[in-house]
Amino acid sequence: MAFGLGLLNGLRYTLSRVLKTYAGDFRHLGRRYDAKEFARRQSVRGDGIITVQYPEEKLAVPENFRYIPFLVYEPALDENGKPKIDPATGKQVIGIERCTACGICAKVCPPQCIWIVRATTPEGKPKPKPAEFYIDIDVCMNCGYCAEFCPFDAIKMDHDYELANYERHVSHIYDMPTLLKSTTYYAKIHPLDWEQEEAARKAKEAAKAKK
Amino acid sequence: MAVTPPPAPPETRVNLNDPQVVAEKIKTTLPDAVESVSAQAIVVQNDKLLEVARYLHDSLGFDYLNNLTSVDWLDRFEVVYHLTAIRRGGTPLTLKVNAARDNPTVPSLVPVYRGADCQEREVYDLMGVRFTGHPNLRRILMWDGFEGYPLRKDYKEPYYEEDHKPFGTRWDQGHHVIAEDRNPWHDNVKYPGNFDALAFKPPRDEIRTIGVEQAVATKLRTDKIILNFGPQHPSTHGVLRLRATLDGETVVAVEPVLGYLHRNHEKIGERNTYLGNMPFTDRLDYFTSMANNLAYAVGVEKLMGIKPPERAEYIRVIMAELTRWLGHAVAVGFLYNELGAFYTPLIYGLEERELILDLFEAASGSRMMCNYVRFGGVARDVPAGFLDKCQYLVDERLPRKTDELESYLVKNELFLARARNVGVLPGDVAINYSAAGPVLRASGVKYDVRRAEPYSIYDRFEFEIPTGTVGDVYDRIVVRFAEMRQSLRILKQALKGIPAGEIMTGKKNYQVRVPKGEVYGRAENPKGELGFYLVSDGSPNPYRYHVRSPSFIHLGALNEMSAGYKIADLIVIQGSIDVVMGEVDR
Ligand code: SF4
Ligand code: SF4
Repeated sequence: MAFGLGLLNGLRYTLSRVLKTYAGDFRHLGRRYDAKEFARRQSVRGDGIITVQYPEEKLAVPENFRYIPFLVYEPALDENGKPKIDPATGKQVIGIERCTACGICAKVCPPQCIWIVRATTPEGKPKPKPAEFYIDIDVCMNCGYCAEFCPFDAIKMDHDYELANYERHVSHIYDMPTLLKSTTYYAKIHPLDWEQEEAARKAKEAAKAKK
Repeated sequence: MAVTPPPAPPETRVNLNDPQVVAEKIKTTLPDAVESVSAQAIVVQNDKLLEVARYLHDSLGFDYLNNLTSVDWLDRFEVVYHLTAIRRGGTPLTLKVNAARDNPTVPSLVPVYRGADCQEREVYDLMGVRFTGHPNLRRILMWDGFEGYPLRKDYKEPYYEEDHKPFGTRWDQGHHVIAEDRNPWHDNVKYPGNFDALAFKPPRDEIRTIGVEQAVATKLRTDKIILNFGPQHPSTHGVLRLRATLDGETVVAVEPVLGYLHRNHEKIGERNTYLGNMPFTDRLDYFTSMANNLAYAVGVEKLMGIKPPERAEYIRVIMAELTRWLGHAVAVGFLYNELGAFYTPLIYGLEERELILDLFEAASGSRMMCNYVRFGGVARDVPAGFLDKCQYLVDERLPRKTDELESYLVKNELFLARARNVGVLPGDVAINYSAAGPVLRASGVKYDVRRAEPYSIYDRFEFEIPTGTVGDVYDRIVVRFAEMRQSLRILKQALKGIPAGEIMTGKKNYQVRVPKGEVYGRAENPKGELGFYLVSDGSPNPYRYHVRSPSFIHLGALNEMSAGYKIADLIVIQGSIDVVMGEVDR
């Protein structure tokens, strides 16, 4: 092969890549590409490189995506069976917290960033409920073990990855009010898991009722 | 004409890697060298170690030192060697030697296996075992003035809380404390008696590296200069520092200065539970977390004596081979960075990697810190659509991209001029330096853990072990491209054969029971042989947890590869061995 052909071939390839990168933009001349084009170019069938205009645009995360756990609560229901909304905060009113303070997540957590204080009855007997629950999210390595091994589906992995803050020793120690999120939210971000777990729960309850 | 193979000589029928067999042989030549022998290991007399190693190397063909580490047994230290004969493969032979608890010394094996150099320094640094006869016994990961030996059982690190996790303060009265508040940094660091930080000078002036040729005689009388690359240098792949002695533009010697990313991974591992270590292995070579998970699981499962179900095995292989493809694509891309082709080839590699990471993310929940493999299976089944996407990548896209990348990168004349006959590492030298993976194979040595000691289900797949001829930078790239193709070949077979079914043996349990014993589990990672040496005392935490990191050991051979070449080549050579500092410094 004549000297330089390999080089030229490289330049040709780079040029074709440049053109491919802008091909989508040419097709949408004068306006930004639409959601369909965006999805196509992010898929295995896309070609060329595209800039996601974060934070205006975001990539969708898959359901299994795991980032910082949260505690799940069942919202209190109003007379229509709809989650009750606190008019002051606009948030759902907490009905039951699922967590029983069994401590499994605190034991399995590899960097040991979960702290749980178990609640006690006025007589001093332990109650299956956390009095305090902390996660140091700077220490959390997002391994997902807590959610994987919790026997009560009480702790789940979140999708919210925007955690930046001005300091870390107060706002990055998540306490119970920060950690608690409703089942509605959970069902929204983990629709398949939610469906499965609900089905399993119903089956269990049905088996119990039969007995 | 049919050729009947000659009957195998009687010797090859016995397992030549079996400690009992080897011990018998040693006894015939060196009668009082063997202290004891078991089904797992040979314990050798401390003062006879070098002779035994020579004998094993020269007469029994154990030419490759896989791994060298040590265990603190409180009353003594045990230094552990794993040896393989490259052409035989099989489970490595375990050799052990005991050293007294006070002032422990062991003969250095550097005269026989030069790959022992960095590993002995690591043991000296972290365990305090002195290796007599080592040409350059200095700390390697910790800084020179550091007091204490961080892997000893009596060493307590800053923020020390308890010997083992889970800590008692987390539940059921777990009031949150910030570690730094409980135990401010300087209170828990020990300094030598009259240490003065300002007056401190590292205990050396001259560079001392093994095998340094004195400056090439030239007509001009020139002084050698010492040049520091890094640790903050865009070309050194993270916080790697290279201390190069130069004669003009020629590299006379180069010594990697390590430890900037050291976090005592092994001590953390001994504090963790077995399961708790899995996400930590992600952080070794963070490009290949799936494969790291697999290597660790291979070790622990060997110890536990369990096997994952079929589907899980296939999923593991698919993940590991995708990892290999992306690891090599990124390695090649970074090398072109070093050559001055800034980021364009790298971005092309990263673009494909993103698609694979999308798959990893969908399956495991994370792009890089996958934490996907569990003992006896995988964390969860792959989601719907995963296999289809994977099939498209493997059948259509990745083969096309491999061809494209190769055609315009490898045939480029500028690349050829810079890569051919640069950084040559001949095959026997590569073996002696314990090189592994693509670096070893580029030197013409046909050795791959997937074939030498098949783990998971690699014995079912058809694939070749590509090798180079010269062992230069060019071969290392070509071998990587060939391996990418072989990975795709394995992937095709795996995607075809993947059965439906369970993904976990038994019930998922966070309290893993690991019986007493020890194991050296290894796997062929994109960077080379990743090994885990685990000692279990039956408790929930490993007694000893050692990582044999290929990048670390490859850096030990960097001097051999780069002496005599130009300074600009040094960067390229360093790029061609593809180091990741997360794995080097641990
Ligand atoms: S494992 Fe689940 S139920 Fe138990 S303490 Fe943790 S969150 Fe609560
Ligand atoms: S995700 Fe992992 S590190 Fe984070 S709180 Fe849960 S168990 Fe701990």
